[in-house]
Amino acid sequence: MLHYWQREIENLKKLILSLGAIVEEQIQRSMLSLERRDTALADEVIARDREVDSLEILIEEECLKILALYQPVAKELRFVVAVLKMNNDLERMGDLASNIAKRARYLSKKEKLNLIIEFNDVSDKVQSMVKKSLDALVNTDVALAREVLAADDEVDMLTKQVLKKTINAIEKDPERTKEYFSVRSISKNLERIADSATNIAEDVVYLCSGEIIRHQSEDFNPDDSVEKT
Amino acid sequence: MAELFSENKIKVHVENMNFYYGAVQALFNINMDIAEKQVTAFIGPSGCGKSTFLRTLNRMNDIIDGTRLEGKVLIDGSDIYSPMTDVVGLRKKVGMIFQKSNPFPKSIFDNIAYGPRIHGVKDKNKLMEIVESCLIKSALWDEVKDRLDKSAMGLSGGQQQRLCIARALAINPDVVLMDEPASALDPKSTLKIEDLVNELKKDYTIIIVTHNMQQAGRVSDYTAFFYEGHLVEFGATGQIFTKPGQKQTEDYITGRFG
Repeated sequence: MLHYWQREIENLKKLILSLGAIVEEQIQRSMLSLERRDTALADEVIARDREVDSLEILIEEECLKILALYQPVAKELRFVVAVLKMNNDLERMGDLASNIAKRARYLSKKEKLNLIIEFNDVSDKVQSMVKKSLDALVNTDVALAREVLAADDEVDMLTKQVLKKTINAIEKDPERTKEYFSVRSISKNLERIADSATNIAEDVVYLCSGEIIRHQSEDFNPDDSVEKT
Repeated sequence: MAELFSENKIKVHVENMNFYYGAVQALFNINMDIAEKQVTAFIGPSGCGKSTFLRTLNRMNDIIDGTRLEGKVLIDGSDIYSPMTDVVGLRKKVGMIFQKSNPFPKSIFDNIAYGPRIHGVKDKNKLMEIVESCLIKSALWDEVKDRLDKSAMGLSGGQQQRLCIARALAINPDVVLMDEPASALDPKSTLKIEDLVNELKKDYTIIIVTHNMQQAGRVSDYTAFFYEGHLVEFGATGQIFTKPGQKQTEDYITGRFG
């Protein structure tokens, strides 16, 4: 039998997963609106961001309530803290999807740019990262969470390639600079979504193992700095 | 108040209540509604009046000489302090659990059957039915079903307290008052009582006095904070514990009192 506060935690899990599902769909539909030049779809995505925002507030209130009323410890404490952080990231991802939809709406009204095709790869990668980070949460799967962390580097690389191509395109076709800036903006938003998915994956690792794995890149390795000095 | 209880019916309505022990006033102008089939907790430092207030709800203070009450207490709309009120009937309807478990020095079965027998239930099978259902409700059945004829005094403290809860349920109350029901128990028994409170609210209106603020947070839907005989703040427990409206409440629940 579950104790009464464990039921609250189960409920919190349902809430964060439903937020995750909505955000996943928002990202997918924002990219679809770009690909299909569908301004109505873009408008839907933009409007639905409100739903994301209100769910984020509800989840935050639930977390605070659980912390204040039940003082969870150990894994339950880590879960509530992880949800509190993921909640922020998911809301941010919702905003980014909404930004992409706004750019897509703008670009759909202009003549089609060939550069858009370049997004297919990176868009697939980012969506798969988001999906994996949420699956890792559902199944508390550390290995899957670590796959997300690895994929972030690929997304960064692909984003740089898109940037190069965008610069080249602007040089060739300076008349449409404004539109290319929108392309760059979409690319940047996608990269940030990947960053947020990475944060979620890091939170899953924390949830499962209690280990905080942020800021462990080589640049910050304290052993290195000892050798240098 | 109506807004606070949007979905719940009001079970107990207290209006302009003042309460005196002789010349000493213990409660000052209390106005409060208590929701049906919810758990309401009373918190506050010692001597704040929370237990006194609890006891006014089934007229337990009547047995103390020189006490006097002004104002109204309505349960299901009828005034329990009206001269027409049948006090025995009231205490049947509003059961009570005390801080220290107080089983009768009788068998487990007889402890629970005691109330129904007094109220005229004679049939053996009917009594057995009541005993079993009350022990199941109080989450004690599995532990005692093979020794119902043994003395209740042989049970552990936590079991005795659950037996007292079963005994209170045996006369089929609407409202259950609990005065520090877990303060003499170890953490595991406390948890059992808290789980039990959460189960019981499906069928009963529960009002619980506790010194343990965390317990109030864990078990209750509504919390009332009393200080020096005044009701300082009353609201949804989630709100009281995350953003209390009064500074005194905040100071008390964060342990900064005095």
